[in-house]
Amino acid sequence: MPAEVLEVYTKELARRANPSALHAVGQAARMRIEEAREGIARAVGAATSSEVIFTSGGTEADNFALKGLYLARNNGTFTEPARPRVLTTTIEHPAILETVEWLESLGAEAVYLDVDSAGRLDLDAATAELRRDPERTALISVMAANNEIGTLQPIAEIGEIAAELGIPFHIDAVQALGQIPLDFAALKATAMTITAHKIGGPVGIGALLLDRAANPTPILHGGGQERSVRSGTLDVAGAVAFAAAVDLVTADLESRSARLSGLRDRLIAGIESSIDGAVLSGPRGADRLPANAHFTFPGCEGDSLLFGLDARGLATSTGSACSAGVSRPSHVLLACGLDEDSARTTQRFTLGHDTTEADVDTLLATLPEVVGQARRAGMVSATPRWMQGAS
Amino acid sequence: MRVLVAMSGGVDSSVAAARAVDAGHEVVGVHLALSRMPGTLRTGSRGCCTIEDSRDAHRVAGMLDIPFYVWDFSERFKEDIVDDFIAEYAAGRTPNPCMRCNERIKFAALLDRALALGFDAIATGHYAEVLRDDEGRPELHRGEDLVKDQSYVLGVLTSDQLEHCYFPIGATASKAEVRAEAAERGFSVANKPDSYDICFIPDGDTKAWLADKIPMRPGLIKDSEGEVLGRHDGAMTYTIGQRKDLGIEKPASDGKPRFVTGLDPATNTVTVGSRADLAVSHLTGIRTSWAGAAPSDMGSTPETAIDCEVQIRAHADPVPARAWLGEFVAEAPEHEVNPIVDEVEVPAARPAGQLMHVDVDEELSGVAPGQTMVIYRGTRVLGQATIDSTTKDRITPAPEFAGA
Repeated sequence: MPAEVLEVYTKELARRANPSALHAVGQAARMRIEEAREGIARAVGAATSSEVIFTSGGTEADNFALKGLYLARNNGTFTEPARPRVLTTTIEHPAILETVEWLESLGAEAVYLDVDSAGRLDLDAATAELRRDPERTALISVMAANNEIGTLQPIAEIGEIAAELGIPFHIDAVQALGQIPLDFAALKATAMTITAHKIGGPVGIGALLLDRAANPTPILHGGGQERSVRSGTLDVAGAVAFAAAVDLVTADLESRSARLSGLRDRLIAGIESSIDGAVLSGPRGADRLPANAHFTFPGCEGDSLLFGLDARGLATSTGSACSAGVSRPSHVLLACGLDEDSARTTQRFTLGHDTTEADVDTLLATLPEVVGQARRAGMVSATPRWMQGAS
Repeated sequence: MRVLVAMSGGVDSSVAAARAVDAGHEVVGVHLALSRMPGTLRTGSRGCCTIEDSRDAHRVAGMLDIPFYVWDFSERFKEDIVDDFIAEYAAGRTPNPCMRCNERIKFAALLDRALALGFDAIATGHYAEVLRDDEGRPELHRGEDLVKDQSYVLGVLTSDQLEHCYFPIGATASKAEVRAEAAERGFSVANKPDSYDICFIPDGDTKAWLADKIPMRPGLIKDSEGEVLGRHDGAMTYTIGQRKDLGIEKPASDGKPRFVTGLDPATNTVTVGSRADLAVSHLTGIRTSWAGAAPSDMGSTPETAIDCEVQIRAHADPVPARAWLGEFVAEAPEHEVNPIVDEVEVPAARPAGQLMHVDVDEELSGVAPGQTMVIYRGTRVLGQATIDSTTKDRITPAPEFAGA
């Protein structure tokens, strides 16, 4: 956690106040929450601070947006929905995909929009689906940027069409916050998910940006502390730390992003020139998150690469891991058209705001050896040694 | 040395990891994800297994302050262990999946990867010991605790594999000692129950699990003379030596209980007979392998057999035996076409490899093809072979007892 964020966080933790209490201490806490709310609203282009609904994080915000908007569009019931269609993409985060699957199990008609080989939503197909049956469509949810391969999505275009058709539009902007400019009002979205821990804030606080006119059915009941649609005592320390982190990453967003993009492109070029067969996943340049580089390394198990890099002090990721900690062929890469074997050979490199050019060069110097070792270790799917020779 | 510890999340491998650390090795823990639960089509392989076990292993690794990873071998495991298990049953044989897993996953696929990634050895929580002979060659021996001894399921390891095996708890006197040590070290898994079942059949009901995988075809139950005694719903739900639930109404003419004595997948016939019909004195094994150097004094005729003990199940008592080598089958026959289970690929009945013959001094009962026979000399595992066929009569002369 950056020092500035940590400072306001710990200071607030020492204060112990319930912002819903009516006494002076409680009111002071309420003021600090409202300041935080205003700061976040300003930073992401919300029309007013009341559009910021604090949640326990991105997962809750995604669940709330999808379930709440779906129910609100269907008279608060799952029975005989007038608008059963839920549109989303094949590459969303599990918090979206599994929520949509759950809605499906209760009668929703899910429409999964395809992406191209770089992971970008097919806008024509999405437009056609939006126009196909707007009367029966509950909502559309599209992520601003993919968490695995960094592809930016055409959310502004989707926002225009959804607004024209009167279809609620939710954006999962968890990965995009602090990486690219986000303007909630200009995007014409109904709701937008952001979370603190992806930008150096604490785990356990996030927010759903929610259009004032939207009235989703509550998912958490009990007090209605947040605009009567979200219940639970507010986490003052989390909120002020979240706001401080948002401030930090949006203040000089342009220069930070430019610096990270430069490092990212140095890393990408370095890997492409030094590693035979390495293939960049996702787009290049401005269509990609500044801090994301993602590759497939044919012949290398992602697990072996991660092990080799970790042993040398470099923290990377294979993609998505399940709750047992097993890395799995990513649904994102499969959606981009990779086969299961190739999808096992991935490695994601995420740059931080403290990553330096020297760090990138260290990684580039280490990688050939690690890739060589991983290639010797082979693929699990390949014919094992005991089968070679002896039949 | 650099040691990769296979951590199942159980008490044995946890203590094994701890001891490897204490011994001063550079230790990394790995939990193998072996089963794969089918997810939905879209979310693909997101379903996963062993969450609790993986967490237990991770927790222990954390307490030991060693790096820990979960590696996915589920694809390999399905092909080499689960599918093989189904095919073997479909062919009327009784496989040992744990042994297969040691042979093909833990000490093959995992060991290969570990060596390529710069490790010197794989450590596991098996109760067995690797000792060295005079020339420094590895030998596999029974664990100190004969109740827990797992040398049988490791009997399939070869010299190359044993060179890189490390069993830190093999010389421990008892499992109770291992549990006590785990408790002393503060491991939450100290009292975790032992696992006995086949790991990929969670409820332990092998027959129901198999019935779900292998098409059931009704067939005949006959006696050894070929007389039809009844009908069955599927031969693979029977095992050699089975006495209960045979589905025969007519009692035996001699009034004695009847047992399954044979399963013939080719004709889908279950053969039953008396207890005496189950007794065997000679075993023929295929796919012979040596756990270390092959015994130099073993010949390839009954006259040049060696004295040894043979064990036919993980927890069976070893019996005195004489063993000699059979022919070397150079080429495997074509895969058999199985009329009963044509949806399941049935492996060749007799794959390429060395045959081994064993005469036992005490008759064995309920021996099924597919089971592994491990031969020992004292505590040392000499090698193993997969039982292919059995006969009632021995080939070598019966042993003479001193003083008889």
